[in-house]
Amino acid sequence: MKPLLQAGHRGCAGCCDAIAAKFTLMAAGEDCIVVSPTGCLEVMTTPYPESSWNVPFIHSLFENNAAVASGVEAALKAKGEFGKTKIIAMGGDGATLDIGMRSISGAFERGHDFTYVCIDNEAYMNTGVQRSGATPFAASTTTSPAGKVSFGNIRPKKNMPAIMVAHGSPYVTTTSIGYPKDMIRKVKKAVDVEGPTYVHAHSPCTTGWGFDTSKTIEIAKLAVETCLWPLYEMEDGELTKAKKIKNPKPVEDYLKMQRRFKHLFTMEGGDEMIKKIQALADANIEKFGLQ
Amino acid sequence: MTITLGGVCEPGSTLVNKTGGWRTFRPVFDYDKCIKCKLCELLCPDMSVDARDDGFFEFNYDFCKGCGICANECPTDAIEMVLEEK
Amino acid sequence: MKRNFEDDKEKMVVVEGSYAVADAVKVCRPNVISAYPITPQTHIVEDLSQFIADGEIPNCEYLNVESEFSAISALVGSSAAGARSYSATTSQGLELMHEVLFNVAGMRLPVVMTVVNRAVSAPINIWNDQQDSISQRDTGWIQLHAEDTQEAADMTAQAFKIAEDPDVMLPVLACMDGFILSHVYEPVILLDEDLVAEYLPPFEPKFKLDPKNPKTFGAFADPHSYTEFRYLQQQAMNKALKTIEDAADEFYDLFGRHYGGLIDTYQTEDADIILMAMGSIVGTIKDVVDKLRAQGVKVGLLKVRSFRPFPAEAIKNAIKGAKVVVALDKNISLGLNEGALFTETKGSLYNTNVNIPIIGFMIGHGGRDIPMSTMEAIVDEAKKVIDSGITVESQFTDLKEELL
Repeated sequence: MKPLLQAGHRGCAGCCDAIAAKFTLMAAGEDCIVVSPTGCLEVMTTPYPESSWNVPFIHSLFENNAAVASGVEAALKAKGEFGKTKIIAMGGDGATLDIGMRSISGAFERGHDFTYVCIDNEAYMNTGVQRSGATPFAASTTTSPAGKVSFGNIRPKKNMPAIMVAHGSPYVTTTSIGYPKDMIRKVKKAVDVEGPTYVHAHSPCTTGWGFDTSKTIEIAKLAVETCLWPLYEMEDGELTKAKKIKNPKPVEDYLKMQRRFKHLFTMEGGDEMIKKIQALADANIEKFGLQ
Repeated sequence: MTITLGGVCEPGSTLVNKTGGWRTFRPVFDYDKCIKCKLCELLCPDMSVDARDDGFFEFNYDFCKGCGICANECPTDAIEMVLEEK
Repeated sequence: MKRNFEDDKEKMVVVEGSYAVADAVKVCRPNVISAYPITPQTHIVEDLSQFIADGEIPNCEYLNVESEFSAISALVGSSAAGARSYSATTSQGLELMHEVLFNVAGMRLPVVMTVVNRAVSAPINIWNDQQDSISQRDTGWIQLHAEDTQEAADMTAQAFKIAEDPDVMLPVLACMDGFILSHVYEPVILLDEDLVAEYLPPFEPKFKLDPKNPKTFGAFADPHSYTEFRYLQQQAMNKALKTIEDAADEFYDLFGRHYGGLIDTYQTEDADIILMAMGSIVGTIKDVVDKLRAQGVKVGLLKVRSFRPFPAEAIKNAIKGAKVVVALDKNISLGLNEGALFTETKGSLYNTNVNIPIIGFMIGHGGRDIPMSTMEAIVDEAKKVIDSGITVESQFTDLKEELL
């Protein structure tokens, strides 16, 4: 059977977007329509006249992805074609929780029956690794660079899943491309649950984060194993499941493999920053009962 | 090629773009070690690990970019990354 | 205008202009309506909402979106999925849509949107001028302007027919002046559903989002092909010049009403002075023409119905016998001190054999009333141009010196 996302795309070697999209389509199956905003995924898969998609695909703009998806859903409903076909909006963190915030909020509030998959690689990778609202604390990006008087990004990640829970979404979940079975199961569940559902997939970017192309999956796992990226499910607003991490690894194990955190190991005071990052992981353990 | 209305594209048509040329290291299977776990196929970002009839896999070097995720994740170290020689 | 009012009398009902348009949308059988409320567009979307609530528009989804940006964005998705798609907006809402307007046109999605023309902020002002739609000139949308409420309603059906024509496949802005047309109660004939069904075939696009035939929409084009995409949009605009005329003619054949295709003329054949304008001001100008003609002044009216595509050839043919042309604009290009109709008419004639003096008056900004006396004063200025040439090429009208 031919893959639903075809080879020949221009993603970097070791691309997280391709993996996330591949898992999403494996879960959704061929009877789906993919809506995608401007970003790496769209650029690398659809250079005219080529497309990597073996499912119907539409890209409009950067900030309107969920609105376009709601229009697709409305069209199918109006024409009596809605039912089996799954509608999946798939976008990066910038398109989802920064510039597309209004659009996704509106679509979820209106209750369209679709699934939004956020491929979170924690910065604007398509434009050259600029900071987004999903960039983690103390990460160095091209617009939040570490420097003589800066440890990089000064704010923690925006808690997008919580925002989607607050919209009354029946199913909100976090996942990671480092856990294919987890991600495929959750996307499958998300597309099967009626109403607007949200899957937030942590997706390490080799180019933006600065690690070897072979380490995409390994780094993704480390984020989960250090409890910096908890895997949990929220159903009708309640926490129903969280992946246990019996022996959490120290955050250094995750940080030291990435160029974007390199300064924490070389700058004076970097150890204090690492302690703060460890505190974020510890807070996740507490909040989601990871141990 | 003439431009389609609004730039509509045919499905799966990036197959004309042979990304194998990007590769610096090529993955090579050691079938003696392979346990057919399918992880390499699952994790490949470039859909370049193809199943064979005998349950083993082979690389599609037309598209493999040589990222090495398969070798890094292989539970039995059955994949070696070998420097491409011109 | 071609119309037999005597025959029409029996069928007329007195409704608000917004209702007439909403009713026209209804009988065009849209599949998806997506809109965000903004004065003075609100009555249209309220009426459509009521139709939906009463089950009067079958096979239609109405989306109460969170912004104009999403209103038009949702229609990108719905139109690509094969749904006849409609919205209405004005002013700030239209400006907020700006980025998406380019996208809809470039993707060749035949969305129809009513623009209830209104001034733009700052200062904030809810009254009528046409700065909002004129500012969307280069987005690739066809832009039509209606003269009265009946035309606004009829134009809605024509807009879908033009947009969805396989040779065109471009979105259409159907413009009507805010309050002056949207909120006025006038006798109109509501469109007959069966006739509209005959006039407007079902929307069946060549491509749509369909898992059984999975096409990709919205690919990016590099320098190798981007130019050709733009060229093809311009070709479609060129084709629309005829389609707009045909749509008006076919409408006349079925409904017996005609307001011009690209343009309309009134008393221009022997006119020395031709006033040209778009929208509801055309009605006032007709009265002025009648009054001045009675006084022996050879004045005529050129109504520009299609601003995009710009009907340069039709305009040239209509004015070539005049001694002076006056363009009236409810908009201004700041920094040029000209309205768009003036600039473009002037520009389109420059390299032709028609060499007639043209002057421009910017008028009616932010809902400023345009009395007949103002129009007569403008005609007096035009007479001076015939006698002694142009002294002021383009100017504001009725400036209140005491406020400056």
